[in-house]
Amino acid sequence: MAQQSQLVATRAPHLKIRVETTLQIMSEVMIALLPATLFGIYLFGLEALAVVAAAVAAAVLTEALAERRLSGFWELIGDGSAALTGLLLALSLPPTIGPGYAAAGAVCAILFGKILQGGLGRNLFNPALVGRAIMLAVWPGMMTAYVSPVDGTTTATPLIADAFGAWEVFMGTVPGSIGETSVPLLLIGGVFLLARGRIEWRIPVFFILATVVTATLFGAEVSLHLFGGGLMLAAVYMATDWVTSPISESGQILFGIGCGIGTVLIRELGAYPEGVTYAILLMNACTPLFDRFLKRKAMGEA
Amino acid sequence: MAILTVRTVKERLEAALQRRRTRSFDRGIDLPEHKHYTADKPTETLPCPETVVVPLNQHTGETVEPIVSVGDHVVSGQKIGDLEEKWSSPVHAGVSGVVTHIEPRPFGDGTEVPSVVIKADQHQSVPEFTPRADWESLDRERILAVIKDNGIVGMAGAGFPTHINIDVRTKIPTLIVNGAECEPFLTSDHRIMVERADAVIGGARIIARVIGADHCYIGIENNKPDAIELLTEKTRDLPEFSVVPVAVKYPQGYKKTLLRAITGKEPPLGGRSADVGCIVRNVSTTAAIYDAVVLNKPLFERVVTVSGLHEITRPGNYRVPIGTPLRHILEHVGVDLEALGGYKVVRGGPMTGTAVDTLEAPVVKAATGILVMPPGAIQPAYERINPCIRCSACVKHCPIGLYPNEISQLVEAGTPEAAERLHIDECCECAICSYVCPAYRPVTDLVMEGKAILKERKRRNR
Repeated sequence: MAQQSQLVATRAPHLKIRVETTLQIMSEVMIALLPATLFGIYLFGLEALAVVAAAVAAAVLTEALAERRLSGFWELIGDGSAALTGLLLALSLPPTIGPGYAAAGAVCAILFGKILQGGLGRNLFNPALVGRAIMLAVWPGMMTAYVSPVDGTTTATPLIADAFGAWEVFMGTVPGSIGETSVPLLLIGGVFLLARGRIEWRIPVFFILATVVTATLFGAEVSLHLFGGGLMLAAVYMATDWVTSPISESGQILFGIGCGIGTVLIRELGAYPEGVTYAILLMNACTPLFDRFLKRKAMGEA
Repeated sequence: MAILTVRTVKERLEAALQRRRTRSFDRGIDLPEHKHYTADKPTETLPCPETVVVPLNQHTGETVEPIVSVGDHVVSGQKIGDLEEKWSSPVHAGVSGVVTHIEPRPFGDGTEVPSVVIKADQHQSVPEFTPRADWESLDRERILAVIKDNGIVGMAGAGFPTHINIDVRTKIPTLIVNGAECEPFLTSDHRIMVERADAVIGGARIIARVIGADHCYIGIENNKPDAIELLTEKTRDLPEFSVVPVAVKYPQGYKKTLLRAITGKEPPLGGRSADVGCIVRNVSTTAAIYDAVVLNKPLFERVVTVSGLHEITRPGNYRVPIGTPLRHILEHVGVDLEALGGYKVVRGGPMTGTAVDTLEAPVVKAATGILVMPPGAIQPAYERINPCIRCSACVKHCPIGLYPNEISQLVEAGTPEAAERLHIDECCECAICSYVCPAYRPVTDLVMEGKAILKERKRRNR
């Protein structure tokens, strides 16, 4: 009779689930961001590396402390979502900001953007963008001071400095945040994530389309709007965050369009040159609405 | 990783096109099939078990009363439990022998069910039944009574009494015989179709008579070409029959998805397939109906697939008496019972079956298979409920088009009533949502828990 008590009697399914965990998915997003990150470090030097390292470490530690997961490296890493938040925040920061401020921003991102909203899956706003929004409000000067990778002088972002051509802005050899400048590298990662089914195509595609259309209507320089100001980083990696974007397909389309229109409106009419952060945060706030009212019909529903 | 050559790309495109052309339902999931272990193994019998334990409730409905006493001698197929109640189904002796106990026995799912325990005779004579040559002259009521009397219930897992299922008030124009058998490993329905095609067709004609159907579809997943070919051949001269190949996809064999695949119709919310003019019956059940009505043989034995990811000396399809303890079957197919620590022994399929807590659990009428799953092949028990990361995999794959993510969170929050708005009752418990969840949440368990709570509340309010 001994062997009977050892039978496992948990409920179905009795097959191993697809070997795919939250940690694996978060890691894939970070791998997708690797080319852009390395390019940023190459472009801006060790200063940029320090910012990335500080933000990632601070984000991971803040969440681990808050959730009391401290008994080992993998325990600390947890599901990997905090590290991704830290990385995304760092990539959206100017390299000159320094590791101290980057770490402070990452703590804010995890604390106010995630933990205090109920933790992973329950946060309404993208944590990295919450951190960035707080930093923009507290240190507006530092957040918008960029160093030219060519001559090392401090300039404003290309969105307000008319000194760069579309090709330079596209390739990313321009002043800007650490990971936001190289459009091709960001897109390569985006294609990888699309192929792996980690992001939905509708949000970035409609985000970009809406940006183009709105910028055209404003008579603004479309390529600057598209390739500058972290739009690609945000459209591919931030707006597509599962937790804070709609689940329904039509919701994703509306969400993308809203992000695009909002970005150009804020950039053209607002006081800040970078509208992406606030546009996405505002659309994050609309996500529950989209999820509630744009439900598909169940089988047999009239 | 497979190397992508022009040829493999072409083959993949063709396969994708073929799938688009094959009838199917929306969403669902591809599962590893695992059917090749037993698909070609003809049905065999095993040595008679020493004792059988026949539960007095193997169906949806009331537990039946024993109609034999301890010490009585019974023969195979003799009725041993019955109840004057429509919502019940009698049970029959699986072997000839002496009744030794009538008492609650472990059912395998953690509960105990009143059961009749029979010690088998040394020599089992082959039971003989007198075929009913004149079944076509029986009227509808009489056929239903014969079906009930012979204990026919849904044999694909649900155990719903057939005499209730096919007792319809209005004429139902379409019968769908369900030979999809979409769950991995299981091949018992496949063997029934290949080995007992005439019984399947005969059973279908009986059901069609009862419900007034003028057309019968036999839906079979594409991975059973021999069954499709044979049944197509056998029904060539029967214009009221069509054999319909359907795509290999889980849960193609759920009645509403198969109905959708074959007819394009969807029963309304809260409705039954009969509401859109269809009755869906599983092939094994259909053959059992033939046995009951034409051969006068009760449902006291069935074919089970014995398989799994564990090394089994003789995996296969076995005809065993209802009530046979799983222990007996596993011993005879070469499973080392002492080595099952940390294993799952599943009665039924890997997606919807029951992982039994004791090998004394019996084979029941709805047991399609017995699967031995080693620790590496099953998911570890849920230690805690992880947060949903809103990846929407469960939403994308739910065959019913529900929102398992939201429903599971409402149940978790202690407000299952809020999930009624999300049609929690429509859930078919296919377990895909748990299977695809990267956050490793027990989504299906939570949805089922919510359904159970709501059902209990409704029962109390009534």
